[in-house]
Amino acid sequence: MELEKLQEIASEIRGRIISTSHKTKTPHLGSCLSCVDILVAVYFHSLRIDPKKPRDPDRDRFILSKGHGAAALFQVLAMRGFYPESMLDSYGEDGGIFAEHPPTPDHLAGIEAATGSLGHGLPIGLGMALSARIQKQSYKVIALLSDGECNEGSVWEAAMMAAAQKVDNLMVVVDFNKWQATGRSEEILALAPLVDKWRAFGWDACEINGHDMGQLVEVLTKEKNSEGKPVAVIAHTVKGKGVSFMEDDNNWHYRIPSEEELVSAHKELGLVK
Amino acid sequence: MRNAFADEATKLSSEDSRIVLLSGDIGNKLFDKFKGQNGRRFFNCGVAEANMMGVAAGMALSGLRPIIYTITPFTTTRCYEQIRVDACYQNVPVTIVGTGSGLSYADLGPTHHSCEDLAIMRVLPNMTVLAPADEVELRQCLRAALQQKGPVYIRIGKKGEAVTPKKDDHFEIGRSITVQEGSDVCLISTGILLPIVVKAAEMLSSQGVNARVESFHTVKPLDEETIKNVFADYPVVAVVEEHNKIGGLAGSIAEWLARQPPMKGRLISFGTDDEFMHEVGSQSYARKKYGLTEENISRQVLDAYKHISI
Repeated sequence: MELEKLQEIASEIRGRIISTSHKTKTPHLGSCLSCVDILVAVYFHSLRIDPKKPRDPDRDRFILSKGHGAAALFQVLAMRGFYPESMLDSYGEDGGIFAEHPPTPDHLAGIEAATGSLGHGLPIGLGMALSARIQKQSYKVIALLSDGECNEGSVWEAAMMAAAQKVDNLMVVVDFNKWQATGRSEEILALAPLVDKWRAFGWDACEINGHDMGQLVEVLTKEKNSEGKPVAVIAHTVKGKGVSFMEDDNNWHYRIPSEEELVSAHKELGLVK
Repeated sequence: MRNAFADEATKLSSEDSRIVLLSGDIGNKLFDKFKGQNGRRFFNCGVAEANMMGVAAGMALSGLRPIIYTITPFTTTRCYEQIRVDACYQNVPVTIVGTGSGLSYADLGPTHHSCEDLAIMRVLPNMTVLAPADEVELRQCLRAALQQKGPVYIRIGKKGEAVTPKKDDHFEIGRSITVQEGSDVCLISTGILLPIVVKAAEMLSSQGVNARVESFHTVKPLDEETIKNVFADYPVVAVVEEHNKIGGLAGSIAEWLARQPPMKGRLISFGTDDEFMHEVGSQSYARKKYGLTEENISRQVLDAYKHISI
């Protein structure tokens, strides 16, 4: 798909996420907006998937390890055709399926793991990547982590095992928006140098602009490295990306947009004709 | 028991290509045969149990049948959240094996004791909890666990546990095995204390009290049919487990009793106290400290039986 088209989809998704947050009072808007471009590049360009066969054994897998980005993932999965977009009308309703975090794979097509507690997605993804080797399948696994999530020891346990096992069908993308729930991620726990940490753990690591669709597409379609290393992509992002008054303002981790804010956000995204 | 586990896991893995064994850097040479036969399906996950549990769940989500194995506290309390979310919430077939359960590693100190595992595992939705008495039950438990659709926890001992001959050896998850019939009292054993419970029954017999003995290899789902029958038939029902008196099989039965109309049987329980054992000691020393001996069990059951009979 052309880059422009991918960018259009990303803007449309951003608009829908903000509308849903406004309507249903769903938080984590900043975290959702920072990973939209990554999700669009993954689902509309990289993954070898057929939404009509969500359980195809040889499909590529994507795990939203930063489960609090579910509001973004739900929109992407609907637009990609895993379920009708109209299903999202019931977002946040009592008795519904769309919560603030992804449900289990048995409860919604397209979901590969029930995340929400941080530090779980990478170990699960590693198990899936090793399963491909055991079952002689060719699928790849991508796990999207937040920078705050890299606080969790289980992330680094998985990183070491993946390197030891030379798991070359596993990719981590870190949505590095420099914030976690209550402050700057660099100040809360020493995260820097993040790309060097992944390299030191035996990964083939690189840094990109996580909002540059061209860079995302390129890194997501890179050939496997010859050393059998897992790949870590440190995607520099901006929390709240796409709406000037939300960008890099951590209040939008929990804040809900008002009617006026919704309208100006949509204007900025070019969604109001 | 751990040798039987390694042997049975090896056999089963050759019958079923979905079986994968994950070990937490334990069992030096124990799994050589498994590795020799199915090396591609053995992973030493290192001393990183949270990851090991998540990896197992990822494998189960991909159609495999992983077994994870290490010392009980590290395969339960250490990675409890991964068990709760990755295995139980997603309801995937991961078999979690804890070796050296209860007081098997008494001499290693409380970091290696596990007298809480039955409590914390049985409270998890979707989890099946098994505590085989000996290697025969262990092999049966493992085989059955690998046929389950959801997660299973198996607590096992260490090595050299005696095999108890049983009146009936039909195995089914959720159905206790009658070791011997008896008309006066009922002794329920779960896990590796069964030989002591059988000896307690012998001591009772020499006092003229005829004890039925049941081996509850399944803690969850609770065998309510057997429980209902024994509480209707016997004035004293004693539950014996190498586990805290809080939250184990006795706790489970007490919860069940609270939901029933008054029944004939009185429940008495034998287990460890609500404390960490600070002094050094062997497993038999620790059992004696907590009254998990044939002498204490038979004496207390006899007292209770006499009290009720008068």
